[in-house]
Order: sequence, then C-alpha cells, then structure tokens
Amino acid sequence: MVIAKSNTLALQGTEAVALAMKQINPDMVAAYPITPQTEIVQGFSQFVADGDVDTHLVNVESEHSAMSACIGGAAAGGRVMTATSSQGLALMWELLYIASGLRLPIVMPNVNRALSAPINIHCDHSDSMGARDAGWIHLFSENAQEAYDNTLQAVRISEHPQVRLPAMVMLDGFIISHSLDRMESLEDSTAKEFVDVFKPEFSLLDAKTPTCIGAFDGLYGYFFEFKRQQEEAMRNAFQVVKDVGQEYGELTGRSYGVFEALGLEDAEFAIIVLGSAAGTVRHEVECMRSRGIPIGMIKLRLFRPFPAKELVEAVSHLKAVAVFDRSDTFAGGMGGPVFTDLRSAFYESEKKPLMVNYIYGLGGRDLPVELINKAATELQQVAQSGQVKEKINYLGLKE
Amino acid sequence: MAVDIQGLTEIRWHARGGQGAVTAAKTLAEMSLVRDMFFQAFPEYGPERMGAPIRCFNRLSTNKISTYCGITNPQIVVVVDPTVMETVDVTEGVKDDGILIINTHHDPATIREKTGVQGKKIYTVDATHISIDALGRFMPNIPMLGALLSVTGLLSKEDAIDFLKSSFGKKFPKKVVDSNIVALDRAYEEVKGE
Repeated sequence: MVIAKSNTLALQGTEAVALAMKQINPDMVAAYPITPQTEIVQGFSQFVADGDVDTHLVNVESEHSAMSACIGGAAAGGRVMTATSSQGLALMWELLYIASGLRLPIVMPNVNRALSAPINIHCDHSDSMGARDAGWIHLFSENAQEAYDNTLQAVRISEHPQVRLPAMVMLDGFIISHSLDRMESLEDSTAKEFVDVFKPEFSLLDAKTPTCIGAFDGLYGYFFEFKRQQEEAMRNAFQVVKDVGQEYGELTGRSYGVFEALGLEDAEFAIIVLGSAAGTVRHEVECMRSRGIPIGMIKLRLFRPFPAKELVEAVSHLKAVAVFDRSDTFAGGMGGPVFTDLRSAFYESEKKPLMVNYIYGLGGRDLPVELINKAATELQQVAQSGQVKEKINYLGLKE
Repeated sequence: MAVDIQGLTEIRWHARGGQGAVTAAKTLAEMSLVRDMFFQAFPEYGPERMGAPIRCFNRLSTNKISTYCGITNPQIVVVVDPTVMETVDVTEGVKDDGILIINTHHDPATIREKTGVQGKKIYTVDATHISIDALGRFMPNIPMLGALLSVTGLLSKEDAIDFLKSSFGKKFPKKVVDSNIVALDRAYEEVKGE
C-alpha cells in the first residue's frame, strides 16, 4: 500500500482488525476459520509466522475448542483473543457464558453474519444479538476505522478491574470486513502503551497464590451472588467505556462514547441504528437536514450493557423515533432487539416519543439510501400525525 | 477528458471470475490515496466461479465517504471482458452522462452500433491484446485500470507507474511488475473516446 500520510492506510475491515491484534500482541490466540471472519486470523497468523508478535497461536478443530482454549489461557493469566462469525459464534455458545461467568477478559472480534437456515454468508446481526444475554460487552463498529479503534479499546474496557468481562467487537460481514477503506492507524508503540500490560487479578499459573477457577458451586454455594456481581460489572462498564473512549480520543482525535448523536437538539424525529448502516443513514440524515427537515440520528456503539438512561435522555424530547434492527427476535410482534430494549427503557418515562421499528438487511439485503428515505418520510408522518400506523416494519422485502 | 472527481464518483467493474477485476478495483482505491482521496473498493459476493460474470465496485471522493450500501447508478462502468456484454446489461442504472470503458479491439462508434447503446460516452481499448503482448497471457485488469486512469485523469501515467513499482514491487517478481507497467502504459495511451 502507498501511504499519503505515514499512518493513513488502505485496509479491509478484516485487515484493520488483524492490525489491531498485532499491536495488542496477545499472549495467546485460538481460532477456527469461518467466513467472513477468516481473513482476520489469516492475517494475524502471518504476523505470527513473520515473528511480528510473540503470540502463541493455537489452531483448534472448532469454535467450541477455540473458546475453550481461550478460557484456559485467560484463566492462566494470559491476554487472549479469538475471532469468529455466525455459526462459529453459535458453536461457542455454552463457552460464552463460562468466559463471562469466570470473569475472563477475552476480546473477540465478531464479523456479523446471518445464522442459517437458509444458508447465507452475508451480513446481519442475528449472530451476536443471540448472544446479547451471555454477559459479554458488545461494541458495534461502523467501518474499518471503528473496528480497529474498538478492538484496541475493548482490551482496556474488558480488563478494567471494575469490569473484568469478555468483550465482542462487531463489524458488518463483507460490507465492512471485505471492503477496502481508508483509515488511520496508531504507531505500534502508541498502541502498545495504550493497551498496556495485562495484570490478571488471579492466575492459575501463580503458584504462590493457589486459586480454584471453574469449580462446582451448587445449591448451597454462591452462584446467585456471582451472577448478581456480573450484572454489577456490566453497570460499571458504562463509565469505563466512556473513560477509555475519551482517553483514546485524546490520543488519536477520535473520541468514543456509548453512542454518537447527530442533530438531536433541533430534531423532531430521529433514527437509531448500529453498524455500517449508520454511515448510510448519516448520509441521508445530513441530506434531509440540509433541506430543512427536522431529523436527527443516533449511532449506537455500545449495545451491552445497554445505555438505557442516556438514550432516554437523548431522545425523550422527540415526537417520534425509528429503530433500525438488522435482526429479529421472532417474538410475535415485539420487533428487533434494539427496539424492544429501547421501548423497555422508556417504560417509566412520562415523556416519550412514538416508536416504530424497521427490520432491514437480513442475510445481507442491501439498505440503499432510497429505503432510508422511505422510512424517514414515514417517520415524519408519524411525528406530524401523532399516529403509528404500523409498529413493526420490514424494509426492503421482495415479497 | 477528465471527469469531475471533486464530488463522489461511483464505478462498477464487469468481468469474469479470475480476470483480476477485484485486484484492479483495490489497486485503484490504493492509488487514490496518492491524491489524498477517500475511497472504497468492494466486490459483490456471490457464488463466485472462475469464468462466471462478476461485478465489483469503487467509490472515490475528495471528502469522507459514509455510504456503505451497494452502487446502483455508477457514473463509470469498466468492462474488463467484453463477452459479459452478451449476457449482462452493463449499462444498467448508468445515467445518460455516464461513461463506459470497454475492452475491445473495436472503436467506440462500432461498439455503439453493435450494442445500440443510447447516450453515455463510450471509450474503448484493446486490453486483451495489450495484455497478451505485455504479459504473454490474457489478464486485462491492469490495462483496463490504465485506461480508466487516462479517461478520468485521476492519476498521471508517471504517478501510476511509480505506484505500481512501489506497490506491486513488494508482492511480485520484477518481470511481472515491468510487464504490467508496459500494459498500463500502453492502455493509458491507446484508449480512445468518441
């Protein structure tokens, strides 16, 4: 690649994440290939083979084994990472809960891809949304730049003593993972300093402080208390995500919060969206605002823990809100996961906007500007009339 | 000849699997970094087979690009393999002021007559023979990239050659780099419009 400025790069989303992993230089990576994640670990494997990192790379026979190996490595006191997508994440299922239950700060980029059936390799968020209650932190990225930035920050968030929870970094399959995009990287030394050295509170390899990790804890143990403390750790994560995002901003000029808002001060209605679609939505929102239409938007970055309080504060003054979900809950009319969470967050509020849900992009279905405009125009009618005609809408269906 | 690259330019490439169109689209994106531009390069992922028609895309702009949807109305279409035109409508979604750059030994007027394309501006270049002469085989991607650079004025021939030397120089043997430079050079000069 040719570089205009020294740290301006042309990278695919997968390459951006692999670069972040190289700079993190984890003690151990255990992974199994799956489209569209494969190129992350493939790229990282090259760094291992070239001696650019000190990482012990474990080629396992499945994602179940990948997460198992990561749990072992993290319990031994190592900084460990893996990456996956779709069916791979699904195969990790029971281990996801063990990683979070043991409070192991594993960082895992997840390249969002639909879950079968029908078989589909393209982007939607049903894989990670299915793991929304697994006790992992979920950070969503709009593009290669954010996937890179989020991966570096996830290490700090996840390992924070008040958090100590595993974290997933989401990027949209193919749309971001396989698209060449312009981004800025940190110097290796700056990234290294930022992620710092992992200091585990407990380590199985610390012979002077013997510990027992993963023991049976039955009816008369403290299982319930562990779970309650996991929830407390999630609550602590809000501030840590903000602090780390601010520190990262001081370092790079790119600050991060729990979400990014546009034009809400003078808006009457707004769209809430996560992932790459947020970029296309921003384009349309800016076009509409330039024509004097009072629309705003929120790009949600942090989905778990769910920033309910901040979201309510940010949009309660609006007349109407449309939530864009790239997955469904199949709950029989409840809408997508972001929609149900946001509605729940508003339950106690006296002042609340009308809310509609747009489910879009399942299995990689494109979300062109025209469809965003269609939804925004319908939302404007909801705001003006005060009436919701259709609560749950499907955007871009062929049927 | 130069097109307006100050705003957003969207490009669609038509080729067959194995002809290097994705590499050409990525190379174009990387080349635009020389001019401090913003870019995207992405393929259309489907059941990809060697020899089957494929499409890939570029967005180029002097400003930050935030649209991550597909491209349906490209300003420029590059046809790397003219035989795809027998089964694929390469003009789909292209507005009247759009540009078609086609790999063929025919001149633009003949192509317009043969295809019945209305409006748009047609450019042609014999990338097939250029690649066979320069590389000894049918690999029309880099000559088509050369033609695109020439038509758009995105990069001077000298800058493009310098880029190939530094970028391809890291990945390929000198002989391959040199023959691709010859191919790009010739296509840059030989592409002709109406």
